[in-house]
Amino acid sequence: MGPLVPEIISSDLSLVIAVFLGFGFGFVLEQAGFSTTRKLVGLFYGYDFTVLRVFFTAGITAMIGVVVLTHVGLLDMSLVYVNPTFLRSALVGGLVMGAGFIIGGFCPGTSVCAAATGKLDAVLFVAGSFIGILGFTELYPVLKGFYQADNWGPVRIDAYLGVSPVLFATLMTVLALGAFVLASFVEAKVNGPKEKMPRRARRRYAVLAAMPLAILFLVAVTPNKEERIQNAIAEAARQKKCKFKEISADRLADELMNHAFEINLIDVRSKKAFDAGHLPLAINIPLENIFDRTSEGVFRQRHKRNIFYADSVKTAKKACLSAKFIGNAENYVLSEPMQQFEKKIFDSRPPGPGASKQAMATHAFRTKAAAAIHKLDSALAHIGQPVKKKLVKAKGGCS
Amino acid sequence: METKPYMNAYTAGILLGLVLLLTIYISGRGLGASGAMKTVVVGAMATAAETHYQGADYYRGYAAEHPGSVWKSWLLFEVIGVLFGAFVSGLVANRAQLKFERGPAIGVGIRTAGAIIGGALFGFGSQLGRGCTSGSALSGMAVMSLGGILTMLAIFGGAYALAFFFRRLWLK
Repeated sequence: MGPLVPEIISSDLSLVIAVFLGFGFGFVLEQAGFSTTRKLVGLFYGYDFTVLRVFFTAGITAMIGVVVLTHVGLLDMSLVYVNPTFLRSALVGGLVMGAGFIIGGFCPGTSVCAAATGKLDAVLFVAGSFIGILGFTELYPVLKGFYQADNWGPVRIDAYLGVSPVLFATLMTVLALGAFVLASFVEAKVNGPKEKMPRRARRRYAVLAAMPLAILFLVAVTPNKEERIQNAIAEAARQKKCKFKEISADRLADELMNHAFEINLIDVRSKKAFDAGHLPLAINIPLENIFDRTSEGVFRQRHKRNIFYADSVKTAKKACLSAKFIGNAENYVLSEPMQQFEKKIFDSRPPGPGASKQAMATHAFRTKAAAAIHKLDSALAHIGQPVKKKLVKAKGGCS
Repeated sequence: METKPYMNAYTAGILLGLVLLLTIYISGRGLGASGAMKTVVVGAMATAAETHYQGADYYRGYAAEHPGSVWKSWLLFEVIGVLFGAFVSGLVANRAQLKFERGPAIGVGIRTAGAIIGGALFGFGSQLGRGCTSGSALSGMAVMSLGGILTMLAIFGGAYALAFFFRRLWLK
């Protein structure tokens, strides 16, 4: 699941990857014609709308891509950098940049591209940018108040408008398509009419325009990854097809005593209940957090058996069922509530004088197990805990 | 040698969008440009005026965000890639050559002043607005950032509003 940095790709390696991604960025910008001011400022005088077309198409493509990747569970948006909103500085900064655009003819990215292909005016623009940035860093004490005013945090526009991401992406797509059509009209007006586009090309554009809308429609009508798992669970429960591998209190005691390192004993009650008291060697993954990325590893590994327990067998079964859909670890359920396990194993009473041989043996086993488990528990007080995975939110922006 | 025509704008847009998407998927952040220029400015300051660097508020904040080396900035490496990518693209299309471009109605002096002043304004604005057309507007749009989209509207709105007054720079 993305983002791959820093979980799967280290931060240092990501610097190498940055060069390759930048290569693609620069190559496409230059191919689009962004290395000359003629094409760039055409947008503002109506004779060339290439910037509008490339910019909006790129924005929409990436936006829909993010929506799709999030939908199928390949990208965790909560870890992706979302540019924070500082209302005043965003607007004033934008206006100053707009002035720089129309006076200088470039923006920073395009000036770098143009300089790379030998445009000397772009080299001057880059030099000017250094001066401007130096001005900001040196005047920072004066600007700080304004710079940090109206901090709204990383607000997303879909949340701000109260619409779903899919709906917002659809609106943006329709807006962009409208802008493309309008741009062609304006261009024809400013440059004089062009020869008419052949029918085949027109049809191709129509298909291309319909594609993003079709993709968004598919996202809107299909369930996302978590919904799919929930549906599958509900379906399995309805058909009573769920088969659980259950283990009894005595079996669990035996496992803990003899194979503690081969099992994950998972307490699926709330963190509060867990902290108040839990079975020895247990780890805590509350039922409501079972789909969190932090616990995914436990359900995907194949070295240890997972044994679920809770206050009620039903809760434990629910967790076990979810775990089955997340990964392919071997999963078991404790066939009795946690309290019963504690009572049986840790509070074992000697049977009366006339008890059967078996009852005597059970008591002997439970007493022995209780002592062994307690000993293990205190010995492994901290070692037994899994390494806590920390999710790191990406840092980005280009200020 | 004759230069090759530019790529179709929509094709270029889709490719650019896919590069941006790949960047977000791999690194959890968008593309950028002005941030790399900032790194150069801050790095130069750290080398040239060390006492001032260690005393000033802004540089201290930057150093805190970049433990290790000032130069270890993701955007700087990305922009090095941009330089290579644009150069290679220019080469294959026969567009890589030394050239000073200016509007048909102005001289070298005016264009020089315009490029430097425009660059300075863009550089200053990009710091105030926390990102430029790439880092704030385009990348912000991809992740539906409210601030990014507002900055985008302000950049293009500002340029449109002033286009009339600076038409002599670009038109006949």
